[in-house]
Amino acid sequence: MEFAFTDEQQMIAETARAFFTEHATSARTRQAMAGDGIDRALWRAFCQELGLSGIGLPESAGGAGLGMVELAIVAEAAGAQVAALPMLGSLVQAGQAIAAGGSDAQRTTWLPALLSGDQIAGHLADGTLNAAGDRLTGGSRFVTHGASADLFLVTDGQRAWIVRADAPGVAVTAQTSMDQTRPMAHIVLTDAPGEALPDPAAALIAAHRAACIAIAAEALGGAQACLDRTVAYAQERVQFGRQIGSFQAYKHRLADMMIEIEQARSAVYWVACAVDEGADDAPLAIHAAKSFGADTYFRCAGDMIQLHGGIGFTWEHDAHLFFKRARSLQTMLGNGNGHREAIATMILGEAA
Amino acid sequence: MKLGFSPADELFRQECADWLNGQMAGEFRDIKGVTKLTGSPERRKEWERQLAAHRWSCIGWPVEWGGRDATLAQQVIFAEEYARAGVPGRVNHIGIELAGPTILTFGTQEQKQRFLPDIAAGRTIFCQGFSEPNAGSDLASVRTKARLEGDEWVVNGQKIWTSLAHISDWIFVITRTREGSQGPKGLTFLMMPIDQPGIDIRGIRQINGDAEFNETFFTDARCPADSLIGAEGDGWRIAMGLLAFERGVSTLGQQMGFRNELDEIIAAAKANGAANDPLIRQRIAKAEIGLRLMRYGALRMLSQTDHSKIDGAALTYKIQWASWRRNLGELAMDVLGQGGEIGDQADYEWDTLPNLFLFSRSDTIYGGTNQIQRNLIAERGLGLPREPRGAA
Repeated sequence: MEFAFTDEQQMIAETARAFFTEHATSARTRQAMAGDGIDRALWRAFCQELGLSGIGLPESAGGAGLGMVELAIVAEAAGAQVAALPMLGSLVQAGQAIAAGGSDAQRTTWLPALLSGDQIAGHLADGTLNAAGDRLTGGSRFVTHGASADLFLVTDGQRAWIVRADAPGVAVTAQTSMDQTRPMAHIVLTDAPGEALPDPAAALIAAHRAACIAIAAEALGGAQACLDRTVAYAQERVQFGRQIGSFQAYKHRLADMMIEIEQARSAVYWVACAVDEGADDAPLAIHAAKSFGADTYFRCAGDMIQLHGGIGFTWEHDAHLFFKRARSLQTMLGNGNGHREAIATMILGEAA
Repeated sequence: MKLGFSPADELFRQECADWLNGQMAGEFRDIKGVTKLTGSPERRKEWERQLAAHRWSCIGWPVEWGGRDATLAQQVIFAEEYARAGVPGRVNHIGIELAGPTILTFGTQEQKQRFLPDIAAGRTIFCQGFSEPNAGSDLASVRTKARLEGDEWVVNGQKIWTSLAHISDWIFVITRTREGSQGPKGLTFLMMPIDQPGIDIRGIRQINGDAEFNETFFTDARCPADSLIGAEGDGWRIAMGLLAFERGVSTLGQQMGFRNELDEIIAAAKANGAANDPLIRQRIAKAEIGLRLMRYGALRMLSQTDHSKIDGAALTYKIQWASWRRNLGELAMDVLGQGGEIGDQADYEWDTLPNLFLFSRSDTIYGGTNQIQRNLIAERGLGLPREPRGAA
């Protein structure tokens, strides 16, 4: 039992934090938002120069061989800057699925391109997908970074395929998305050719748990950034002859943010360790971390706007980037009520 | 970062569980499951002595003072197994968790010899004299006075909320030893024997009908000159050091008690159909998540190696568990329905869950109210400016 970062993990955390703070600036993120929501130079630097893209993927799949704790560390650092990157769809969902459930040929074909950042993947989930052999018909309006993707991980809850974006029968429509740092596309498959993953169960589990961990970690980083930035504001802004941070009504609200964030931090590293160690409580931890992390982020981002007053409501201030990202993370992969109901079912059984 | 315990630790867990379960099935089965702080005090003092006889009393202490020099993981395991076995809380928890560590850290060699073996052995039960009627959360405004007369300190004043004073042997008190001093200056930390004519203890009946704490009056009460910890005027530093010990391993044992309470609520909800209510299901899931996050927060706090850093997990823990438990009390009553408001004893005595509902209203008050906790978090954790203070 040693529930603290090792020296190596501490180093990864510092490296990742420094990288995103320096490069994922507000100006660059806003530039990406005006386009397809991807800062390409940042993504290339992350994958190739920093070399952190293989984290969380096994060495046999060309990854760095580290685990979910390290993945969480990196996602947390990216989340703190609301970095405009396709990390979730490409590395976490598609990468984990192919590594865990793909054939050797699929791994050698797809993973190096995803890890180098040369290709981008999105995740298309459609529970009513129609599969006639390897021909797929269906679609989703919520494929993140879907308009920029070269390939899709397509799942129907039971099975999983890889579909090339340029394959016949694939129609891609970019959508106006509230969170412009991770815009969604409407993808329609009409008799499109898919390449089935031979072990879909393993693929789905790996992708789902890694995505929940990454989302929770990203939310943690974002929530902490909301708190840090609001604390800085509370110290510099003077009203009624005092720093506003000296008013109890203000500081108690910031304290409440910290209380939630510290619990979210426990949730993120608990789930990451539980999955890495194959612990019995890992399934419960996944639901706990996803729901608690995302809800904490949303609350902190909302408080950030409120506690900044009028400036917090403007387009010019970054508060809305956090707020919109937080909202999208809350909904993605099921909202808090759904995850809590899953926990209730574990504890109480199905409701009569 | 690692959460799993080593095979050697798991063996130790088995050893703890075997011994504790054996005791609760055997000689001490009459006190198994006693949750009330004031329940069966004499038998629980015997239990303290039994623990000490088998060197289980304070395993984290050095061997020379009755401990086992246990590792952190072992302390965590023992605390968990202790609560899991349904063993009642330590009637001398103030001695073991506060007075003992304070003496270990700040006491002289003589004081260690005089007190530590007796605390470890359960021969000296301690209580705490910090709060006063006008100095609850504002500890720096204590008014109880002490003056040196020959080779004795003479103490006059009043303390309040002194838990279990009526069954204790010693009390440690914060006193003002400099006439006219204000705030944290001029305070001194004294250890006093309770059984003396100058100390008068009066029970305070509380919201749940129980009387675990007291008003304690000092009228020319006495203790030897060398009973102070630290130096004269150094009491504030000692008191703050002592309060830091409260965040120790015992929190994990406390959580096992919470686990039992939540499990009882879950069982009640399944039995009476409340488990089908979607909103109750959400609240039970939230309670479960909160409990787990407390455990992992505590493990994070205990694993923290750089103690010079202000640790967020430690700073937020009190308000986290207190708020969680108050919500749990309300959840319990919503699950029980109106039946929870009727007792089955002739006296004003309550079963675990209604008692939890009533008692948990104190959790967000004692040891620093939620409001004070938020100030601490904001000022120490976030570095925000202090609220301007009024004139004293």
